[in-house]
Amino acid sequence: MSALRAPSVLDRSPFLKATIGSRGNIAISLTVLALAAVSLPPILRWLLLDAVWVGTAETCKTSSGACWAFIGEKLKFITLGFYPQDLEFRAYGAIGLLLGLVATSASPRCWGRGLVIAWIVGLLGAIWLLGGGGPLSVVPTEKWGGLPVTLLLSFGSFILAFPLAIVLALARRSKLGGIRLYAVTLIEVVRGVPFIAILYASTLLFPLMLPAGAAIDKFARAGFALSIFVAAYLAEIVRAGLQAVPKGQSEAAASLGLTHWQTLRLVVLPQALKQVIAPIVNLAVGIFQDTTLVAIIGMFDLLNAARAAATDQLWLGFYAEAYVFAAIVYFVFCFAAARYSLWLERHLRSP
Amino acid sequence: MSFHIGLGQGLKAAAVAVAFGGALLSQAHAGPTLDAIQQRGVIKVGVGTSPGFFAPDSAGKWQGFFVDFGRALAVTVFNDPNKVEFTSSSPQQRLPALQAGEFDILLSGVTQTITRAFKLGFHFGPVLFYDGQGLLVNKSLGVEKAADLDGATIGVQSGTTGELNIADFFRKTGKKYTPVVIEDSKEFVAALESGRVDALTQDSSDLAIRRSLLAKPDDFIVLPERLSKEPLVPAVRAGDDRWLEIVNWTIYATIQAEEFGITQGNVDEFLKSEDPAIKRFLGVDTSLGEAIGLDPKFAYNIIKAVGNYGEIFDRNIGLKTPVGFERGYNELWTKGGLIYSPPFR
Repeated sequence: MSALRAPSVLDRSPFLKATIGSRGNIAISLTVLALAAVSLPPILRWLLLDAVWVGTAETCKTSSGACWAFIGEKLKFITLGFYPQDLEFRAYGAIGLLLGLVATSASPRCWGRGLVIAWIVGLLGAIWLLGGGGPLSVVPTEKWGGLPVTLLLSFGSFILAFPLAIVLALARRSKLGGIRLYAVTLIEVVRGVPFIAILYASTLLFPLMLPAGAAIDKFARAGFALSIFVAAYLAEIVRAGLQAVPKGQSEAAASLGLTHWQTLRLVVLPQALKQVIAPIVNLAVGIFQDTTLVAIIGMFDLLNAARAAATDQLWLGFYAEAYVFAAIVYFVFCFAAARYSLWLERHLRSP
Repeated sequence: MSFHIGLGQGLKAAAVAVAFGGALLSQAHAGPTLDAIQQRGVIKVGVGTSPGFFAPDSAGKWQGFFVDFGRALAVTVFNDPNKVEFTSSSPQQRLPALQAGEFDILLSGVTQTITRAFKLGFHFGPVLFYDGQGLLVNKSLGVEKAADLDGATIGVQSGTTGELNIADFFRKTGKKYTPVVIEDSKEFVAALESGRVDALTQDSSDLAIRRSLLAKPDDFIVLPERLSKEPLVPAVRAGDDRWLEIVNWTIYATIQAEEFGITQGNVDEFLKSEDPAIKRFLGVDTSLGEAIGLDPKFAYNIIKAVGNYGEIFDRNIGLKTPVGFERGYNELWTKGGLIYSPPFR
């Protein structure tokens, strides 16, 4: 009688099983290792070993590695763009405020009406810190740049888009044909057009429609364009959530004597939104990266500021370093959001 | 986020007032653009981003060839080189943005063309920089002019007019060449460095920048010929002639100063000059300034603040800078170039 096979090391470690558990797996593992052996050394040499950490552009030119001294020199410009550097604390304050709001929103315990108010106040506060007014000296939006612009555009457009998205999602499910048609048209047109086209329309066509001499701030125009874009996508996500709520829920609410709006607000929407948190975070990550497109209308978000930094005569041509640095910043934000979304899914799995 | 609706009526009223009053009142009346500038206390200039021409330094301050002319304008209007605001604008949107009133002037390397003058309603100032399609070649080929490139392999970037211009050029000269169309911008330069092509063709200012980014820039040279005409000019909205004249004569002042040999460093010594033309120019003799309604010393102030045309050129894009541009057509007319100022009298 063949004895039961003693449990091998492979059975205990899923990692080892996946890497050397079978011939096929061994072959794949070896290929991956070989690829890494070929590609990693030059990358590491460029990134770390041969890199220049301190010095001038001249020192950098003598080395074949990356020039991180360039990032050191340009860090402030990449972070703040053309924001007046003597007022930098205000820009840092705006960054801190916005990141603080995100951190607070991450905890489900803080969710509630207070958070909505906090966001509205926080966004206005960030705009005030950046733009000034009252006791603070005025900084026109053309001077805003870098990380505050990236954060403000992505968070601000999301907050503006949220109520609009809920209205659009409800309107699309409405029994009133006119309202439904309006919502469907808006959502489908916006979703059918690339974001760049909407940005161009907002900056080039829209001002021509205004009376001569009138102007709406470019930053505001880009922000509103982005909000409408986000709202169209968000509306479809919310609609998916609404469809996932069983009909019995609203019937039960109605039998308890709740009005239509009470049912919506207290019973249906909370359940619907909870269902679609993961896709919403997914959309947020996408929008965060899409904000880089504002570069084409001459705004200096983080990525565009990084690119512009490499056009300085004294530090000419360190584009690779600028892009790698920007990529790291975007990655940190997006990776954090992705991990958070996973955690939240697990956290909310309990009914 | 500011909204400036309602300004239009005011501007129109101002324009009408100027039209009626201009003949009676003295020259000091401004048009709508100049009025807006004076009210705002700052000139709004649209620029691009390109090394040497307009680029932010580490402190977020704009530097560059075109930027310096923006500062010169601020000197003429406010006698303060800092009363100017630069905004970067992409090539696609800069002209509509000027039309929409986002800028008072574009100093972003706009090429002057007949279509832009007639169809878009812009006025153009004097040529600040004569650009044109050039050829970047390896010095080891021993080529001195474009016509020497018989049988050469030439890299052109796809989707540019460069492809057509180079074809025209070789058809005209009857020489042979092999075009290599290259899509990627990085590969474009790599092809030259690796010897896959003998020369690259592109706007010469662009070639100069690419050359400066090569591992061994000194092994390569931008040939002196230009295969196309790209005069880069300041652009303003039509409808404010006085503003246009201020732009014109601010630029002419930097050119005339170079012709006189007046520099940022020696301008004070020239104040003692007995030459009547120089006395008029620098405002020692105040009659000229009084006649045109500008600060008689506006030219002096400009030179003191930003230097003459040659100094602006050398400082930002000249041979000693990484961009390393030869004066070429952008040399004074007295030295065989095209840069020329009408007389100051």
